[in-house]
Amino acid sequence: MRRTAEGLELELTGEWSVRALAPIEAALESIDVASVPRIRIAAQGITHLDLSGAWALRAFVRRARRAGAEVQFHGTPPDQLRLVDETLAAKEPGESAAPASAPAPAEPGERALVAIGRYVVRSGRDLVHGLAFFGRTCVTFVADLARPWRLRPISIVRHVYDTGITAMPIVALIAFLIAVILAYLSAQQLRGLGADIYVVDLVTIGVLRELGVLLTSIIVAGRSGSSFAAELGSMKLNEEVDALTATGADPIELLVVPRVVGLAIALPLLTVIADLIGLAGGALLCRYLLDMPLTQYVNRVNESISATTFWVGIIKAPVFALLIAFAGCYRGMQVRGSARELGHLVTVAVVQAIFLVILADALFAVLFMRMKI
Amino acid sequence: MEPVVEVRGLVNRFGRQVVHDRLDMQVDADEVFGIVGGSGSGKSVLLRTILGLQRPAAGTVRIYGSDITQLSEEQLRPIKARYGVAFQSGALYTGLTVLENVQLPMIEHLKLPPAALEGLALLKIRLVGLPADAAAKYPAQLSGGMVKRAAVARALALDPELLFLDEPTSGLDPVSAAAFDDLVVYLQQHLKLTIVMITHDLDSIFRTCNRVGVIVDRRMISGTLDRIIDDPNPWIQAYFHGERARARLGAAHGA
Repeated sequence: MRRTAEGLELELTGEWSVRALAPIEAALESIDVASVPRIRIAAQGITHLDLSGAWALRAFVRRARRAGAEVQFHGTPPDQLRLVDETLAAKEPGESAAPASAPAPAEPGERALVAIGRYVVRSGRDLVHGLAFFGRTCVTFVADLARPWRLRPISIVRHVYDTGITAMPIVALIAFLIAVILAYLSAQQLRGLGADIYVVDLVTIGVLRELGVLLTSIIVAGRSGSSFAAELGSMKLNEEVDALTATGADPIELLVVPRVVGLAIALPLLTVIADLIGLAGGALLCRYLLDMPLTQYVNRVNESISATTFWVGIIKAPVFALLIAFAGCYRGMQVRGSARELGHLVTVAVVQAIFLVILADALFAVLFMRMKI
Repeated sequence: MEPVVEVRGLVNRFGRQVVHDRLDMQVDADEVFGIVGGSGSGKSVLLRTILGLQRPAAGTVRIYGSDITQLSEEQLRPIKARYGVAFQSGALYTGLTVLENVQLPMIEHLKLPPAALEGLALLKIRLVGLPADAAAKYPAQLSGGMVKRAAVARALALDPELLFLDEPTSGLDPVSAAAFDDLVVYLQQHLKLTIVMITHDLDSIFRTCNRVGVIVDRRMISGTLDRIIDDPNPWIQAYFHGERARARLGAAHGA
């Protein structure tokens, strides 16, 4: 592209394509059109002019005309320029003459208040909707109990497999490692006091009452809470949920209830496994770190636990399972519209599932303390 | 003149199922080429092969003279910038507005100032007949016909010389489909585009295509529309002379 400027004559050459647009724009930008009476443009030298090039040229011509210059083309203006002109000048159907006036920008303080208010309203609505979803699922489940053939046993078994059986290796590994950490830590502290034997108490009670079920739940929340939300969410995006509703099937009954029931079965079983592996891990560490014979470990475990220790842990599992399954399914069902929303809601599902599990665990701790268990 | 797209001896197979068996196809510059075929005849597989989304078992696929089956991803990039694709369901990025959808190819391939990005994207959106206020909408807020137009706008983002359309009128009502056909013809004439279009729609074929290629028995029979209509192949006869086609043919011949 060359320029010879005398009264301003532009001779355009070379390739005016979208790929060369950045330098073209910069070059056009650098032409000073102020107080130039007339501009003549010769476009015959352009080897290739595409729409983007024409758009840039049009923008320049308009800028020059606004500055008061008279713009003429040497010969006929290129076709592409006319096409761009026609496209952008075409009156749209229903286009209003004046753009709708935007609401006046609010004061910063006011804006913060608005944001807080909006957040509160949205959270409140979210809570109500969540409760409604919980209620609907419970009602569906109870109604299905009266007609058990509608409970989809095959689907439930599939979810027990997906959320339970396939999670066994990771749950076992984590339980083992946690027991080892717990035993190691307490051994270090208690050995100085000559109270080695209490390591067993700590590991046993810690794993059975709290850590077994809590860590299992957190793993399952990450694994299955996210998979529930992602699965249901993509079904929503794909209109599969709408298709179910349209055929008269209840998506809650078909999709949500089997997941909730499946997880409520799987999580307690996983917790039992975590408890067992945790105790085994404790035994292993006591054997090699504290030179404690296995028989002594088993005796001590028997002494340290009361009748309720195991049940206090295991009773929490189905509750946690419900929380995880509901968080996952509810967020999944909320997805509409976009893939980004799917990602966002899966994240929300996992975070909320873990938060709810820990919150419920804290409530259980208070409850059991009051009950003196 | 060098053909724009040239497929020679293409073989595609999945396991034991052979989809294409030494298929040949040629698209010349400035024509609208329609790909026709029964469901499951491998139209979409052919398109995916041409786009480089699927490696063929044998054969060559040349776009503007370079055999894309032999090129690396890096070497393909400049060729990919020369064509645009509008997928059947639109395949708009659901998390982005229409404007951002159209801008995305430009951001990926070019370094442009934001004002130019916006102006060019709006130009493309207006060019395909969408109102300017559609630019700020998300794909979920658009009707089916608008999604298809937005997909074409995105395909045109880099001012390609070649445009692939996969069933552009499927799922549209006859009026919208006709309007879309007009758009195809308008774009082809004004932008000197070469268009390759997969379609089932007889009206679309008659209104837009210069030549058609019919996939039958894993091969392609191609030619001008008049020639293809008289082809003795039974599937082609059934397709162009069936109950649904006769009215159209009668109208075309009567005119």
